[in-house]
Amino acid sequence: MLTHTLFFYFFSIIAIFSSLMVITSRNTVNSVFFLILDFISVGCLFIMVGAEFLGMIILIVYVGAVAVLFLFVVMMLNVAEQKQSWFIGKKSTHIPTGLIVSVLIFLELLVVVGGWKQKDNLMNSSTLEISNISNTHQLGLVMYTDYILYFQIAGVILLLSMIGAILLTFRKRSGVKKQNYFKQISRDPESSVQLLKVESNKGVKIDD
Amino acid sequence: MIEIGLGHYLSLGAIIFFLGVMGIFLNRKNVIVILMSIELILLSVNINLISFSIFSGDIVGQIFTMLILTVAAAEAAIGLAIIVVYYRNRGSIRVEDIHGMKG
Repeated sequence: MLTHTLFFYFFSIIAIFSSLMVITSRNTVNSVFFLILDFISVGCLFIMVGAEFLGMIILIVYVGAVAVLFLFVVMMLNVAEQKQSWFIGKKSTHIPTGLIVSVLIFLELLVVVGGWKQKDNLMNSSTLEISNISNTHQLGLVMYTDYILYFQIAGVILLLSMIGAILLTFRKRSGVKKQNYFKQISRDPESSVQLLKVESNKGVKIDD
Repeated sequence: MIEIGLGHYLSLGAIIFFLGVMGIFLNRKNVIVILMSIELILLSVNINLISFSIFSGDIVGQIFTMLILTVAAAEAAIGLAIIVVYYRNRGSIRVEDIHGMKG
């Protein structure tokens, strides 16, 4: 139990610190790195609490795909030098509003948690389900049977996002030499071979 | 304090959610950091769902977490594609410069 406590505090302190650094870092590249650290520590928390499959999925999908996508976009767009000067320069009016809104949301969430702690009999909160099959096996047993439609809708969403991203960023570039297969295959001798009568001592002019 | 229960995980989710909302309000200059704050908010929702799923012994919460992961990945891809297109057209992605629909 003590190990669980120690690891929980370790990973959650890292997660909170790195999410704080994500929103306050002056450099966007540093923000992305701290986002990666945040994802990794939360993934470790998930693995620790017993949801191994989702912890691994967080490591693979979030760290391996989403955060690296952010990193590529930051590098491509050359915004790393764009300083976030939200505390220098002209006075902005949205920071007090943002503070009020977020502190209110935070207090509401804390109230929810506190109310939950008072209701001990509502849910027996310390029963981790002990079963012989692994977390991945459990997830698969439910996901591919009862929730197959949700699973397929998730696949359709991913396909749509892929098509959308490609369509958005696709552009026709002019001046690029490319092979045209249909033109290449549909050549015939009449249009491409020319028979000339060569006069002596004069030669043939090619490529005129 | 020593025994880690559901409340600890929910508090962690609340703190990360709070930081994500703060990030949206603080970083008014940089669209990419706003997108990262949205990712933080979705991550805190995932923490809540998974801790409820584990502590109440119901696997369905983890399935909804997978759906949220899918939507988050799709949203990040589309959002970053929009940012790339905008940068290509305008040469800047500063939030103050994005006012084409202000009228």
